[in-house]
Amino acid sequence: MVKAPVSPARRRKWVKHLIDSKWLLLMFFLPLVYFIVFKYGAMTWLIIAFKKFSAVKGIWRSRWIGTKYFEQFLGDAYFWKLVRNTVVMNLYLIVFSFPVPIFLALLINEHRVKYFRKTVQTISYIPYFVSTVAVCGLITTMLSSDGMITNVIRALTGSSKAYLTDPKAFRVIYIVSEIWSTAGWGSIIYLASLAGIDPGLYEAAQIDGASRWKQILHISLPGIASVISIQLLLTIGRMLDIGYEKILLLYSGSTYETADVVSTYLYRRSILTADYSYGCAISLFQGVMSLLLVSAANKAAKQIGETSLW
Amino acid sequence: MEKTKERHDHPMKVRQARGDRAFGLLNTALLTLFCLFVLFPLVHMLAVSFSGGYHVLRGEVTFWPKGMTLYTYRSLLSDNSIPHAYWNTIRYTFLGTALAIFMTSICAYPLSRPKFFGRKFFSFLAIFTMLFNVGMVANFMVVYSLGLKNTIYAILFPTAINVYNMVIMRTFFQGIPEEIYESANLDGANDLRTFFQIILPISKPVIASIVLFYAVGKWNEFMPALLYMDNKKDYPMQMILRNIVLSSQATDTSTDSALVGQSLKYAAIFITIAPILAVYPFLQKFFTKGIMIGSLKG
Repeated sequence: MVKAPVSPARRRKWVKHLIDSKWLLLMFFLPLVYFIVFKYGAMTWLIIAFKKFSAVKGIWRSRWIGTKYFEQFLGDAYFWKLVRNTVVMNLYLIVFSFPVPIFLALLINEHRVKYFRKTVQTISYIPYFVSTVAVCGLITTMLSSDGMITNVIRALTGSSKAYLTDPKAFRVIYIVSEIWSTAGWGSIIYLASLAGIDPGLYEAAQIDGASRWKQILHISLPGIASVISIQLLLTIGRMLDIGYEKILLLYSGSTYETADVVSTYLYRRSILTADYSYGCAISLFQGVMSLLLVSAANKAAKQIGETSLW
Repeated sequence: MEKTKERHDHPMKVRQARGDRAFGLLNTALLTLFCLFVLFPLVHMLAVSFSGGYHVLRGEVTFWPKGMTLYTYRSLLSDNSIPHAYWNTIRYTFLGTALAIFMTSICAYPLSRPKFFGRKFFSFLAIFTMLFNVGMVANFMVVYSLGLKNTIYAILFPTAINVYNMVIMRTFFQGIPEEIYESANLDGANDLRTFFQIILPISKPVIASIVLFYAVGKWNEFMPALLYMDNKKDYPMQMILRNIVLSSQATDTSTDSALVGQSLKYAAIFITIAPILAVYPFLQKFFTKGIMIGSLKG
């Protein structure tokens, strides 16, 4: 690193620093092994994206194949459908699901009865603890041909469809269930930041005759604006990881048109068919794109809130 | 948080009172609506799961059971695979959480100490794995090549450290006053002793939060089992639930299966989520506290 010879004094300091942290290094040994084996070990496996992987030859002796799998993935017309579905689903999430916890937090924060507030909070966090499988079970059962929601729609409109296999209905189902699952839990962070707003501001506003509505608009919302923008950026940064577990459980051949996203396609085309090289190529693409998105989001967050996401 | 909660309860000017009362009513109405939206599927699930198949089939059950019966629960529990899967879930949750909290805390502590040799480098090493997601195929290949497939270690090891949880813990450790470390040092305690005898005991709140995060995550996950477990005897409850709830989707044609179908599915869902729902209200403050610590960083 440095050309000039390291002075003995500096080396002594360096060694002393090392010896000083011997216990900490000992402690960190197991986590380090974990990261190397399971995280960086997995990264090493991404090499097979450039190889024609054969289980017999293993990772190192499999034949190099260049960027064939990337070309195959990016050149496929289906790729654009995956991109479209991922982007559209995220846009829907940002427009319909993202604001709900903010409204919820503002409403809870404005309510004057402590017990009511507590009850609403306790109830609204419940869905967070319901597993993805259970949520999907509730959805499929309520939307089945003799399910509750289907019955209600039939009673109201006189007709009903098979909503689970209807590509047009898939996004609505996904977004509504996402609101159900995450809105309450998502409001915690906004509630915390609302609690940090100086009460003096509200008092001053009341003396000036500002209504509750005006107080929300001019004190509460600006007070949590930076948290909102950071959450928004985080959502955008994680865009490519969009709930594939849920989609994996909910979609079917007839809804691929709107439901299939990069990660579900990856599972179907790679794990299920044991085409691991192709899978790693898609993963690598996805990982790099995500990294770029998150980094951009972090840069933007720094500008807004003078705070970094990590 | 609670201290500042009472801030709106000042005497108001009469002129405003009317508009504010309307606001209060609207607020209560909206929040009540939201709670109903949240509770509706759960209450419906409970009602149907306790109802007689005939009433369910006729669509008569909404929020209150009709023809009350425990038939579904009895038939679920008499099938041996469900108690067995339940036991698997308990095992995976308990061991997984124990391993994860151990690994996470011995990872977070060194990274929280300013004097730790190579702290910046190791922190980056850890954080980078959160930013760059290698994807399920590469993770699958690691588990496969280590020969962990179809063993309990495939469920426990790959998720031993959740970097996000680790960062929450590290943030908490960093908030402990430096004097505590100094006095421990003066007393001749080395870093290991300081950690286990002084830091861990005063970190109970954050440890409780992280334990709960891990436990809920472990209880609810199904992907590791889907990827790594080929034998039904190793399936956790979530996998069994997945098969019960989703497999019959296509084949739900015979009236006989439809007769119990819905109630059985709802009962299976309820059995799976019940333990967490039962303990959650008592542990709520630990969950929210964890989130707060996480949001304080930066």
